[in-house]
Amino acid sequence: MSTVTVEASNLTRIYGGREAVSDVSFNLNKGEVLGFLGPNGAGKSTTMKMITGNLAPSAGGVKICGIDMIENPKEAKALIGYLPESPPLYREFTVDEYLAVAARLHGVKGAHVKKAVERAKERCGLTEMSKRLIENLSKGYQQRVGIAQAIIHNPMVVILDEPTVGLDPIQIRDIRALIKELGGEHSVILSTHILPEVEIVCDHVQIIHKGKLVFSGGIDVLKQQRTGNKLLLGLANPPAHEALLAIDGVVAVEAANEGLLRVRFNEGQSPAEAIVQAAVSNGWGLRQINPDQTSLEDVFVQLTYQEAA
Amino acid sequence: MIFNIIRKELKSLFSSPMGWVVLALLQFVFGTFFLIGVDQYFQTMSGAMRPEQRIGITAFVGQSVFGIASFVMLFAVPLLSMRLISEERRQQTLTFLFSAPLSITEVVLGKFLGLVSFLSIVIVFIAAMVSSMNLWTEVDFGYIFSNVLGLWLLVASFSALGIYVSSLTSQPVVAGIITFIALFALLILDHFLAGDPTSTMAYLSLMRHFEPFSRGLLDTKDFAYFILFIITFLTLTIRRLDADRLRG
Repeated sequence: MSTVTVEASNLTRIYGGREAVSDVSFNLNKGEVLGFLGPNGAGKSTTMKMITGNLAPSAGGVKICGIDMIENPKEAKALIGYLPESPPLYREFTVDEYLAVAARLHGVKGAHVKKAVERAKERCGLTEMSKRLIENLSKGYQQRVGIAQAIIHNPMVVILDEPTVGLDPIQIRDIRALIKELGGEHSVILSTHILPEVEIVCDHVQIIHKGKLVFSGGIDVLKQQRTGNKLLLGLANPPAHEALLAIDGVVAVEAANEGLLRVRFNEGQSPAEAIVQAAVSNGWGLRQINPDQTSLEDVFVQLTYQEAA
Repeated sequence: MIFNIIRKELKSLFSSPMGWVVLALLQFVFGTFFLIGVDQYFQTMSGAMRPEQRIGITAFVGQSVFGIASFVMLFAVPLLSMRLISEERRQQTLTFLFSAPLSITEVVLGKFLGLVSFLSIVIVFIAAMVSSMNLWTEVDFGYIFSNVLGLWLLVASFSALGIYVSSLTSQPVVAGIITFIALFALLILDHFLAGDPTSTMAYLSLMRHFEPFSRGLLDTKDFAYFILFIITFLTLTIRRLDADRLRG
């Protein structure tokens, strides 16, 4: 069998004439972590609902490990663990009771239920909360119960919708470690709008904007976009831009914030030394020079903005 | 799989005081009526000199207990059924059930059977209470059986309507009130149309179909009515939830 676990083809969802998600296609392989990025209302949750069979697509289809979600929903759903935006918790149950219900509903056989519950609790750091009512847990712990519920039956595909919302920094770190660990044996799809998170845990990134996929690729591609071929210059007596453009390798000069200049150069042809020399000999008053790292936020804004323009 | 949902529903009823309180209160009410029934039997029958005036103790007490049971259930069932789906909708836990490898039919049937099995506990208690008279006298078990069956079908019909109304809204209280009004209207429908015994509307009344059971008469016609009533509302519920998935 191939290693493709999730196969979404031309997923489209129309809400009252408006396309919430249009023509989203992607494949996910076993052991990969896919990050879904997008501004609010971009269609991340809608896409996830369609993948998990909670929402019927207006067009297109989903296959989980080769099983069609529309034709064989039961078999396909058995392979998925899903944490929706708001964790679906029965507040009147204790953690143990709730996880046991989750395990049974996901088809874990009677004798293994206890073991599955123990394992899920251990992985999500819930062991001390076993006998507590879910109602009385803090938001962060409730979120963990939600994640435990999604991985209890050891599914092939784990789908987490904004898993780190409402957690404190230490818990966020734990959960990220857990997601990385899950990525080893399962496929994970997670949505978020916290960008560093994507950089830390994901192998692949998809940016979705206004229901359309605007970027899809490895995390390294995104990182490269981030570093770019740019230098940031701080000069006390800046010369005319032409003087800078005359330097070998420089292709563009533009003004940046706080009186700085942004200099773009050709790939692999760093003009840093030449600029320093020119600055010294011409008395430009160089006070800073450093590579210009666009933040991931900027890349994100660029990508989503390009599409809009 | 259906069994797992039934189990979950019963667990959620008994994990809050709700289930226990309802059971206790219902048992208290039925116990009181049972006691009054037995008490009054001797008073009434000592005054009834002629043989044709006399009725058996099963019919006398049974009428009082099962009569009040059908009335009390009118309040109890909406109270229990209102949460079934609307609460899950409100807490957004329906996703939990829909993401599990279950069909919507299984979810609905599980929820329905969960509630019915809870209510069956009440009915079993009533049956046991009335049958306990067998210790001192001879009891007409056929009469009890037909009453229990009638009450059970009536309660199951209440539940089916309740679960459907519950699937329409995300406010349990709204579901409870609508269910109660709808059931009440269905029960007393034949009172409004008492003047016209052939009226089709009156034929739809739940009470009219419960009444033969309470006289000890098992009629397939009434049996079919209840079964159709239950199937209709469960199907509507399934369709309603399926529409959620399709329309979002």
